[in-house]
Amino acid sequence: MIRVQQNNFVVADEYHALADDNNDGAVVTFIGKVRDFNEGLGVQGLSLEHYPGMTEKVLSNLESEAREHWPLNKVTIIHRVGDLTLGEQIVFIGVTSPHRKAAFAACEFLIDFLKTKAPFWKKELTTEGSKWLDAKTSDSEVLQQWTTKLTN
Amino acid sequence: MIKVLFFARLREQLSTDSIEISANSVKTTEQIRQQLAEKDELWAKVMAADSLLVAVNQQITDWSHSVNEGDEVAFFPPVTGG
Repeated sequence: MIRVQQNNFVVADEYHALADDNNDGAVVTFIGKVRDFNEGLGVQGLSLEHYPGMTEKVLSNLESEAREHWPLNKVTIIHRVGDLTLGEQIVFIGVTSPHRKAAFAACEFLIDFLKTKAPFWKKELTTEGSKWLDAKTSDSEVLQQWTTKLTN
Repeated sequence: MIKVLFFARLREQLSTDSIEISANSVKTTEQIRQQLAEKDELWAKVMAADSLLVAVNQQITDWSHSVNEGDEVAFFPPVTGG
């Protein structure tokens, strides 16, 4: 299930929806939050913009790709947009599988690829004004590592 | 017509989120980029950014991708979600 929404999500609800199938022995979830520092500036909040339509397509393709690599049962991807304050939840990734290794790997794959492929943009509201974030080269290096891992 | 969308930093720099251009005057994504760069100094600067990304019909592509009547083209900076 893929959702792009302004509203917050409740982790317990998402977990229960993921965890109700007794064929699954593993549920792995990741939650991303707004943290209070970046490049030395005090962050007060974030504004998140996206490309409606394309975002959902990219996320759906990433889910399909993950399913090609690992035996997954349920997949939930939620990403919030709009204005978020310090400490708020931004993103939820949850996957279930009969086995933990597949669930861990798929969850990490999904967040790594979401960060570099899905059309979301963060604008930080700092103590010194607002500023669009620059993409990190470390995030694209992580994708290189995945390419190596998945082709070996 | 071809609809051209701008997101994030580009949308703010150009003070617009979309424009329409004639499909007769452009054949590729690179030609759209060049045509937009000719508008004025600001557009030229924004379109010259090395990191600029382009999508055609909601799929990221390269600068030699062909464009046709009715296509939705989008220009945006590298993504920073998650």
